[in-house]
Order: sequence, then structure tokens, then C-alpha cells
Amino acid sequence: MHELSIVSSIVDSVTESLAVYHGARVTEVRLRVGALAAVVEDSLQFCYGIATEGTSLEGSKLVVQILPVIVHCAACGADGEIESLQSFSCPHCGEPVSDLRQGRELEVESFEIEEGEIEKAGEAVTP
Amino acid sequence: MTTRIVELRQGILKKNDELARGLRQRFTSAGVLVLNLVSSPGTGKTAFLERTLRDLLARGSRAAALVGDLETDNDARRLAASGAPVRQINTHGICHLEAEMVAKHLEGWDLAGLDYLFIENVGNLVCPSSYDLGEAVRVALLSVTEGEDKPLKYPTLFNSADAAVITKIDLAGPCEFDREAALKNIRAIRPGIRVFETSAKTGAGMAEWLEYLKELRVRHAGS
Ligand SMILES: Nc1nc2c(ncn2[C@@H]2O[C@H](COP(=O)(O)OP(=O)(O)O)[C@@H](O)[C@H]2O)c(=O)[nH]1
Ligand SMILES: [Mg+2]
Ligand SMILES: [Zn+2]
Repeated sequence: MHELSIVSSIVDSVTESLAVYHGARVTEVRLRVGALAAVVEDSLQFCYGIATEGTSLEGSKLVVQILPVIVHCAACGADGEIESLQSFSCPHCGEPVSDLRQGRELEVESFEIEEGEIEKAGEAVTP
Repeated sequence: MTTRIVELRQGILKKNDELARGLRQRFTSAGVLVLNLVSSPGTGKTAFLERTLRDLLARGSRAAALVGDLETDNDARRLAASGAPVRQINTHGICHLEAEMVAKHLEGWDLAGLDYLFIENVGNLVCPSSYDLGEAVRVALLSVTEGEDKPLKYPTLFNSADAAVITKIDLAGPCEFDREAALKNIRAIRPGIRVFETSAKTGAGMAEWLEYLKELRVRHAGS
């Protein structure tokens, strides 16, 4: 169970990037999580509520996009999604594969904010 | 009130990844081979390491170990009996080691004076797989008492391993351990991985493991 520390890192990096948007409120945070990233979405959601309490992220929605495991097959040269996490073999030719092209991601893709009257610091007021 | 999407595209474990990259550079330039040992609690990591350290020291190699546990320095005391320098990392509730903890516990150690540094991770088959410690080689351990399907249940960890060790093979008979099934499952998750079968009690399989360590050093010094 390291979801709480992961969620705390999310809160930290969003808060850091938020510094330039004075007074903005975060409404949504979008994650990209590989199927092999060793995190469980339910635990992330549960910890998110706790970790965002009292921060500018409080009350925001956490959207988790799970990315399938994509491998590159040395035998046939194709890229493809493995059929199950219990078998790392090429979906095209069935050969064992160890070259992962996707599946370990654990990143904040973007977040959505609601801005008040004050615009991004240092920027002219945009229409 | 306006809504705006801010693109971030930032790794959540970025801080750990950066620290780990720094550590890896330090290890490489010091010429020390670093191995990160991961398994469930009780698999026999400490027993396996006790034996590895003793055997390496007897062969004139210079080896040291960091050992992670939630609490107590019991494992560090067991490992230190080998004569190797050992430090305990107590994570106090955290279920895995992080690069920062490793960096902190290396203070004052002359890495260039070491051939091998072993890091025994906190017993856990999930969380340690996300945290790079700057190691050159990640070793997943599985004991004959745990069930042959562990690799299928924890693909994340076994897929991230560079080598696997089946421990406690002296108990294979009484446990009716299905060796073929275990090997098949490990290789289904991590095709091509080197698998060692050892007993810390009898010393079985240790010679092959030590030979592998020697090869690894040569390979990593050359790269
Ligand atoms: N029979 C037998 N028991 C072992 C072996 N290795 C470890 N054990 C026992 O398994 C238990 C857990 O071992 P330990 O090294 O502390 O596991 P760790 O939690 O992975 O560090 C201890 O009671 C050990 O004595 C082995 O090769 N054979
Ligand atoms: Mg131990
Ligand atoms: Zn193929």
C-alpha cells in the first residue's frame, strides 16, 4: 500500500504548478497509469480524498486512465498489446516477449482548474 | 469564472527517479555492482544474503549490504555476523525502500572500496517494484513454501526483475514443490530470465549464483 505516498506526490506536483495560477481551484486531475505500475485505482481514489483535504485540490475528481501493456516482439517485429498479464507473449506470433513499450507509466497528464478574476501571474489578462 | 486545462505530463515518482539516476551514476563510477533483492516477507532474503556475503568475503571480494525493514535491526545484526559492513534502514511503516533512504544510509561509505552492494528491500511483492534504487540488477526471490503461482499473482514485480532466485529448495520435497510449474510461471512473466535454485541451509545452488555475480561484475565494468 504505497498509494498514499503516490497521491501525496500528485498533490505536491499539482500544487507546485498551480502557484502561477493565483486563486485557482482544481476541479479534476488526470493520471496515466500503466497496467504494470503496481497501483490499484480503488486505493488511489480512497487516498485521494484524504490527501487533498485542505489543499487547492480538495473536492476535485481524480480520473485514472489505465494503459495496457504494449510489447515489441523481436521475433516478428510487431508491436501489440499482451492478452493477459500472466503471459508475456506476442499477440501476433506467440513468441515470448521481454521488450516493454508501454505499461509502467505513472504520471499526471493534466489537471483542470477554475480561475477567478485574477489571471495567470505575469500574463496579460486574456480574453 | 473560466476553466482551463493545464498539461503537466510529469512522472509521479519523478523525484525518486532522479535520485535513483544520480545513485546509479555514483555506483557506476565507483565500480560497485548494486543488487536490489525483493520478495515477500519470510522468503529467505536475509538468509540468502548471509550466505552470499560470507561466501563472497571468503573469496576475497568486498561486499556490503543495506537492509530495509519496517522496524528492528535484527536483519542487520544477522548480516553483520558475516563480517561485511551492513546498515539497517528502518522505514517505520513505509512498505518499500526509496532512493532517498538508500542515499542517506550510504553516507560515509567508500563505495569505490566495494565490489558488491546488496540492498535487501522491505518484504513486499507490490510496492518495491515502482521504486528505482539505482541498482544494476533487480533480483526477485520466491521460496518453495509460497506456491508456484506467485509470479502470476504478482506480474508487476516479477516482470521488473533481472534475475530470480527460488529459495529453500531443501524444503522442496516436504512442500511438494512443483519445480516445472514454478519455472514455467516465472518465465511466462519474464521470458529469458536467469533463475537460480538455492538453499541457504545446505548451500545448494550457491556456487552458480556466485559465478553469476562474478559475470555481472565483468559485464557491468565493461559497459
Ligand atoms: N529450511 C530453510 N529455511 C530457510 C532458508 N532460508 C531461510 N529460511 C528460514 O525462513 C525464515 C525467514 O527467513 P529470512 O531470511 O528472515 O527471510 P526474509 O524475511 O526474506 O529476510 C527463517 O526462519 C529462516 O531460517 C532455507 O534455505 N532453508
Ligand atoms: Mg529479512
Ligand atoms: Zn511476434
